[in-house]
Amino acid sequence: MSLRSPLGKVLGQGSAKDGVHHWWVQRLSSVALVPLTVWFVVSLLSLPAIDHATITAWIGQLWSAVFLILLVITGAWHSQLGVRVVVEDYVHGHGSKALTLALVTFFHVVVAAAGVLAILKVALGGAR
Amino acid sequence: MTERPLSPHLSVYRMSRYTLLTSILNRATGLALSAGLILLVYWLVAIASGPAAYRAARAVLSRGELKAVYVILLAAFSYHFFAGIRHLIWDTGHGLERTQSQRSAALVAIASILLFIGLVWWALHAGGRAP
Repeated sequence: MSLRSPLGKVLGQGSAKDGVHHWWVQRLSSVALVPLTVWFVVSLLSLPAIDHATITAWIGQLWSAVFLILLVITGAWHSQLGVRVVVEDYVHGHGSKALTLALVTFFHVVVAAAGVLAILKVALGGAR
Repeated sequence: MTERPLSPHLSVYRMSRYTLLTSILNRATGLALSAGLILLVYWLVAIASGPAAYRAARAVLSRGELKAVYVILLAAFSYHFFAGIRHLIWDTGHGLERTQSQRSAALVAIASILLFIGLVWWALHAGGRAP
């Protein structure tokens, strides 16, 4: 029988098996962004005009709103993962690194929330 | 602590290497696209705020300085798109040999330049309607 505590047993034992999580979601989001960005660029450039009425009519279509929301969420997610790595590489010092990472995360959540709510408002007819 | 070498180790790399250039370009274009995401959401919020707010936002978004930003964003998208696909192929374990990597770097450069030219041409001919 071991007298070591459960915490003592796992400390320093390495991987909690989520070491590839960042890598995996970065890949997952990039795969999703391939069709989403192509759809967005093609749709935007195909619009006959970019006045308010045309844009709201476009976002008012169900699948436009769905894909736009997916684009904003996936884009913000992918962006957060990417900017995070840059900060981890180039911002030195525990305090400033943690602070920058927190701000990066908050900022992306705000951007995603604002984008999604804006799309929903237009899609549900609230911008006329 | 301060004695430790810290990244970016700019002095130890040969900056002319294609491996370094393609990698740092992917990062830089990714950061540019993160900024582009802010523009996209600003645009969406303006639309959601009604016709008057959208007119005001269009006046801001069609400023001359921002046209340069749109060109940079189209270039960043064109590069990041194909460089990202190159990374996804690498992740499957393929294309990692030196000659394959050199070839794919050239392919990414050609494809992104063609896409960029195509997008600029399309944006200019889509009714002459910069946002």
